[in-house]
Amino acid sequence: MKFTLHIWRQANAQSKGDLERHEIDGISEDMSFLEMLDLLNENLIADGKDAITFDSDCREGICGACSLAINGRPHGPGKGCTTCQVRMRSFKDGDEIWVEPFRNAAFPIVKDLMVDRSSLDRIIQSGGFINVHSGPKPEPNSIPVSHLVAEEAMDASACIGCGACVAACPNGAGMLFSSAKISHLGLLPQGQPERHSRVLNMVHQMEDEGMGACTNHAECQDACPKEISIAFISRMNRDYVKASLIEPDKRRGTLSNQ
Amino acid sequence: MNLDARIPDGPLEDKWSNYLEHAKLVGPNNRRKYDIIVVGTGLAGAAAASSLAAQGYKVKTFCFQDSPRRAHSIAAQGGINAAKNYREDGDSTYRLFYDTQKGGDFRAREANVYRLAQLSTNIIDQAVSQGVPFAREYGGMLANRSFGGVLVSRTFYCRGQTGQQLLLGAYQALEKEINTGNLEMHPRTELLDVVVIDGRARGIIIRDLVTGEIRSHSADAVVLATGGYVSTYFHSTNAVNSNCTAIWRAHRRGAGFANPCMVQIHPTCIPSTADFQCKLTLMSESLRNDGRVWVPRKKGDDRHPRDIPEEDRYYYLEERYPSYGNLVPRDVASRNAKYVCDDGYSVLGDKARAVYLDFAEAINREGRKTISERYGNLFDMYEDITAESPFDGPMRIYPALHYAMGGLWVDYSLMTNIPGLYAIGEANFSDHGANRLGASSLMQCLADGYFVLPQTIGDYLHDIYMDKVDPDHPEFKNHEDQVRGDIARMMSIKGTRTPLSIHRELGELMWDNCGMARTAEGLKKALAGIEELQEAYRTDLLIPGRADGPNQVLEKAGRVADYLELGHLMCRDALERDESCGCHFREEHQTEDGEVLRNDKKFQNVSVWEWKGEDQPEKLHKEELVLEALPPMTRSYK
Ligand SMILES: Cc1cc2nc3c(=O)[nH]c(=O)nc-3n(C[C@H](O)[C@H](O)[C@H](O)COP(=O)(O)OP(=O)(O)OC[C@H]3O[C@@H](n4cnc5c(N)ncnc54)[C@H](O)[C@@H]3O)c2cc1C
Ligand code: SF4
Ligand code: FES
Repeated sequence: MKFTLHIWRQANAQSKGDLERHEIDGISEDMSFLEMLDLLNENLIADGKDAITFDSDCREGICGACSLAINGRPHGPGKGCTTCQVRMRSFKDGDEIWVEPFRNAAFPIVKDLMVDRSSLDRIIQSGGFINVHSGPKPEPNSIPVSHLVAEEAMDASACIGCGACVAACPNGAGMLFSSAKISHLGLLPQGQPERHSRVLNMVHQMEDEGMGACTNHAECQDACPKEISIAFISRMNRDYVKASLIEPDKRRGTLSNQ
Repeated sequence: MNLDARIPDGPLEDKWSNYLEHAKLVGPNNRRKYDIIVVGTGLAGAAAASSLAAQGYKVKTFCFQDSPRRAHSIAAQGGINAAKNYREDGDSTYRLFYDTQKGGDFRAREANVYRLAQLSTNIIDQAVSQGVPFAREYGGMLANRSFGGVLVSRTFYCRGQTGQQLLLGAYQALEKEINTGNLEMHPRTELLDVVVIDGRARGIIIRDLVTGEIRSHSADAVVLATGGYVSTYFHSTNAVNSNCTAIWRAHRRGAGFANPCMVQIHPTCIPSTADFQCKLTLMSESLRNDGRVWVPRKKGDDRHPRDIPEEDRYYYLEERYPSYGNLVPRDVASRNAKYVCDDGYSVLGDKARAVYLDFAEAINREGRKTISERYGNLFDMYEDITAESPFDGPMRIYPALHYAMGGLWVDYSLMTNIPGLYAIGEANFSDHGANRLGASSLMQCLADGYFVLPQTIGDYLHDIYMDKVDPDHPEFKNHEDQVRGDIARMMSIKGTRTPLSIHRELGELMWDNCGMARTAEGLKKALAGIEELQEAYRTDLLIPGRADGPNQVLEKAGRVADYLELGHLMCRDALERDESCGCHFREEHQTEDGEVLRNDKKFQNVSVWEWKGEDQPEKLHKEELVLEALPPMTRSYK
């Protein structure tokens, strides 16, 4: 197969970027999209040019490192799959393809197609955890968890932290990502003690990162490679309202920031 | 080279508690005076760093990805073992110890393996309290599945994403410590050297992968949790950036490298068919619970597999190993797939080598829904890659490089032979001998990280109280200059060969000669081939761009230099170990029916290699293994 590629090139966060045109030939349909870029890079290097910088690691859809917008869509054409899982058989021979980084104010460009998604880590830092030390713990079967609850928690926890939801959202909201973590932990019995402080802290951190608010476009759910449901956003909103009403900091004792 | 494993006294069951009772401690108020560097944020590194920070030590962690959550551990699929005996099927600490030692073909240290079995149950408790959503039965109790090489059901799992969920638990603990200010995280940085001053590990030299800066970080102890090295083979199930640089550079600074030739080949991976394929995708071993492995009895039978009647199918594992059947250990399953393909039974004809893994019977027995719940994401992954659904016909699978049992030599406390330098997780050699059982790596990484290292490191730190070295020490400057010099040299060659092309060629040499079956002749050929590649690297390497910003080709070039040296050592180690054991199969040493033939008299030991300098051959040392609780026996899965 043969393709014409328009690829975003940008030297660093400060400089201005632009699309660069490349032709590539001899691509087999079983090849993955990133393998095609690997091959393009080998050709560029041989021609004495600088290779295109992009993130990837596991190449099987689980680490969340890969992050391209292909023809304007985060993670490209497939449904429920990451950029690294896109195969060239999803394109037609001779297609023109546009390859850009995830675009969002919360994700500054590092170089070419590589972006800085540390904002997502900071959201987790603000409360996306259960506060326990390493050491002896209660016997897990002493706290039964219904099969269905465990499965729903797992649906939420399947998020790979790729940021496609933020990149796809017209408001640049981090709702799907945050609600997935808040729901995963909030569904399980172990997550109850910090349930309120968690949702308040994480929502406030999202705002601090300059991410927008949700206005129900559902683009996030559509772009999400793990098909995380926007039902988790409603769940988060309910938890948020409840937590705000309870106002833990006005109570005796400490519930937050332990 | 001092290879005293410092195994505590007493009977096997009491060694760990004896150790803890006698280990020196650092008091809570003093811990903040110690700096500890943890390189790597996979299961082992994230677990260790978060535990140490929670204890009050000042911890700095490093990883080359943009976030600690992306470490290669995230890809582990099938599960994690623990001797909980929830099924009442005869499991116990001893049984897990027994299975691990037997699975490893009696080439691991008993005391370590027993401790691992003891700690296994705590890991599940810890993970559940962190919110890891393990699969539950309808009554709310934890569910289990079976893995190869054992006769009990002791594997805990989160669908096909167990590694992801366990890593997220550890990652969240790590992020929590960043929040409390005890831990400093440095993503997008790569360790390029380890600094040893007056015989103690004192810090590291890193390259900032965004700015290209070379910087020093000093500490009282350095922990390497940088994962395994099978990416030396180019094609493997590991993430494309997994590499051996950290442990190899530590080795060049004096850390012993143990059993480098011991690498595992996983039997169930999607075979390589596309040109320019960069990695091989694993299909979890848990699939062998319900999948049956077979090839047509007639060579080149090109009927659709569903049209081939039972009597024309050769279920070779079930026939050859009636008691373990499809659940024989990985080395046995891999080797048998190779044999049937060597004999011309590949189900991909001339295109590639593969055998069938068939779920038809399980789907009939348990229904599509149950099987889909159990393996859904694995089936999807298979279909994404091959455009074929495992519901419509069997998967086609073939073995691929997967895991490194070898690694840096460590003693019972997980310290290398360099005082103050520790290695945990896949980066060390310690617990799996010559072959690792499925679902045992996650267990070892987390045991090392949550429960062993945090309790052994105090014993060392106690002795160096306030004996500080900072990055202004001239040795740091020296090391930095060397690293800068190396980079400048690589950049200036401006030849014609990309690091990727050299890596690919190395991988072929290694797979052909140091893979599933090895011979003295093949290994010698590989050694010569690698030396030629090293020459090509020195004289004809091509790296585009600049070193003062992101440059992924430069990163790759540094890693390839290390793969070349390590690959060479692996072949030498495989040559010197003139026996077969576990995954190390020397064709010269096999039983009449093609099984592994050990030589316990000569090789009941760990081979530990010492770096002697650029132009000197490495020196081989041995740690003899004392196997008392479970004397070696012939490993049979028939
Ligand atoms: C596809 C797949 C499936 C698997 N499934 C299972 C399973 O079901 N059960 C099981 O028990 N095991 C499984 N394994 C094995 C297991 O996942 C690994 O052995 C284990 O996760 C290794 O963890 P680790 O913490 O030692 O290292 P890793 O998770 O590999 O982490 C290495 C860390 O070190 C960092 N690093 C490396 N080099 C440097 C450097 N030079 N500078 C800075 N940072 C560096 C990386 O950034 C990363 O953070 C599987 C492995 C694979 C590949
Ligand atoms: S919710 Fe989906 S799109 Fe958003 S970060 Fe998680 S996996 Fe990516
Ligand atoms: S590279 Fe890991 S998800 Fe794409």
